[in-house]
Amino acid sequence: MALINTGYLEYEELESIQTLPSDERYAEGPVAIIECVQEIPCNPCEAACHFGAIKIGEPITKLPTLIGEKCVGCGMCVARCPGLAIVVVDKTFTDTTATVAFPFEYYPTPVVGEERNAMNRKGEIVCKGKIVKVVNPASYDHTPVVTVEIPKEFADEVRTVERI
Amino acid sequence: MLEKDVLVIGAGPAGLAASIEAGKYGASVLLVDLNMQPGGQLFKQIHKFFGSSAHRSGTRGYDIGKQLLKEAEESDVEIWMQSTVIGIFPGNKIAIEKGLDSGEKEMVTMQAKKIIIATGASENAIRFKGWTTPGVMGAGAAQTMINVNHVKPGQKIVMLGTGNVGLIVSYQLMQAGCDVVSLIEAAPKIGGYAVHAAKIRRAGVPIRLQHTIIEAKKGADGCVCGCVIAQVDEHFQPIPGTEETIACDTIALAAGLKPTMDLVKLAGCKLTFNGPFGGYIPLHNERMETSCEGVFVAGDTTGVEEANTALEEGKIAGISAAEDLGLLTADAASDKRAEIWDRLHSLRLGPFGERRMIEKEVVMDEYKERIGTPSPIQ
Ligand SMILES: Cc1cc2nc3c(=O)[nH]c(=O)nc-3n(C[C@H](O)[C@H](O)[C@H](O)COP(=O)(O)OP(=O)(O)OC[C@H]3O[C@@H](n4cnc5c(N)ncnc54)[C@H](O)[C@@H]3O)c2cc1C
Ligand code: SF4
Ligand code: SF4
Repeated sequence: MALINTGYLEYEELESIQTLPSDERYAEGPVAIIECVQEIPCNPCEAACHFGAIKIGEPITKLPTLIGEKCVGCGMCVARCPGLAIVVVDKTFTDTTATVAFPFEYYPTPVVGEERNAMNRKGEIVCKGKIVKVVNPASYDHTPVVTVEIPKEFADEVRTVERI
Repeated sequence: MLEKDVLVIGAGPAGLAASIEAGKYGASVLLVDLNMQPGGQLFKQIHKFFGSSAHRSGTRGYDIGKQLLKEAEESDVEIWMQSTVIGIFPGNKIAIEKGLDSGEKEMVTMQAKKIIIATGASENAIRFKGWTTPGVMGAGAAQTMINVNHVKPGQKIVMLGTGNVGLIVSYQLMQAGCDVVSLIEAAPKIGGYAVHAAKIRRAGVPIRLQHTIIEAKKGADGCVCGCVIAQVDEHFQPIPGTEETIACDTIALAAGLKPTMDLVKLAGCKLTFNGPFGGYIPLHNERMETSCEGVFVAGDTTGVEEANTALEEGKIAGISAAEDLGLLTADAASDKRAEIWDRLHSLRLGPFGERRMIEKEVVMDEYKERIGTPSPIQ
């Protein structure tokens, strides 16, 4: 697995290990992408989802699986996952743009309207992004979930924005 | 002389869980810890814990600590902080250097029917040219500085080691506003969880595998101004000609932990060497009892693992102590232990846990062979 040598997932690798939403599911709006691919003893994402869309079961080391039809893209799991391994992608945001909602635990917290460089899994700048939403209620316990708008073609690549 | 049913040494997750459990069944419990604050490792862990949601994972370490403290208070556990256990003698007599509110210390000797040792683990040092230069420190020290004392150890950090500690502390250093320039790892692969490594990579920080630090460079001010790294061969030996210098003002070392064994040794518990668990550990059985009758162990002291496993082992130790005090029937105690062992089993599955599960069995088999029944402290 390239991941344990490089620290980042190639999209093909992610696809081969995780159940990603189908094209039909993407067409319906925001949906969670779980980028957690190792059997580690961890399961808070399962409990975080009030819609029963994430399944781990027993034993706890099993990989989480997303049940795409049940996911409403609410982002609760994004804030609760200690691995910061879940994002919510909306490929229907506009005709030409998509959004990626990701956990962001660095200061300064991005603000709505701000423009920041959007980065991929390797920390490379992919394109410019516009912050369209920042949610940080008490229930997220200090993990703001930030939504960035980016050109649609980068929706599978962008996973965060640059720290400033 | 002060007498207690149970003395628990170390107020990390293991010691707190043991105290809560023993207290719950009616034992009088004294919990002592040399730190200022109870919680052990937990209070410097500002990240959300991985683990099982039944163990409050997804919760930040310090909040888990706060919850445990509340439960300990509810179970009427007496807690002495800034108090160090410095002697364990035959007849279960214990010498404690007790911290007083005035800041003074007082020597107290006490007797405990049962003793639970949960003293955790300490960081391994790595030696290279210049390793004593100011600016070279353990990753744990760097973590304490940023998260407990709110002081940056430096601005440009090089981290040695990519186990979970190296990865998590690197992330927290960036959160504190430091630049982590690079992570250096001698092995050909990242040691910790991929999800933690991914956070580091996403932030644009390189991870240099099959490399090690061979020298800390000293600047005009006498402090670290850089480090020399080199590629290593398959025997982890630096390859001449591959040296590179990285500018930095801090070198943090996350080269693993080893169980803190001083008190276990003082009590005369029989030891065994176990590499995957971090070094010498006390032999113990499925009740967490050592070769010394009435002396139990739990948590990282029995082999370096995680907060979840420390909590569960602590509970087992607390239950066994309560059982031996006659507060719990043998049947009830073994039912409760069996339940916990099931949970421990599931925590030790998967590519990261399997090895520890096998090694735990090895340790307990060796106990059966070499010890069988425990005997009083000599
Ligand atoms: C950077 C980092 C990140 C981690 N992240 C996670 C995570 O996400 N999830 C997870 O499950 N685990 C995590 N862990 C591991 C977890 O913190 C430890 O495994 C756990 O704290 C061990 O618990 P313990 O009670 O055995 O020991 P400790 O928490 O180390 O407590 C031992 C206590 O004993 C005291 N003591 C020692 N000697 C004496 C003496 N002579 N007299 C009195 N007191 C004494 C010490 O002061 C200390 O308070 C992390 C660890 C580190 C370092
Ligand atoms: S985004 Fe909301 S609905 Fe979808 S998996 Fe996460 S918590 Fe469940
Ligand atoms: S909470 Fe995050 S790290 Fe833990 S199993 Fe779920 S996706 Fe993986």
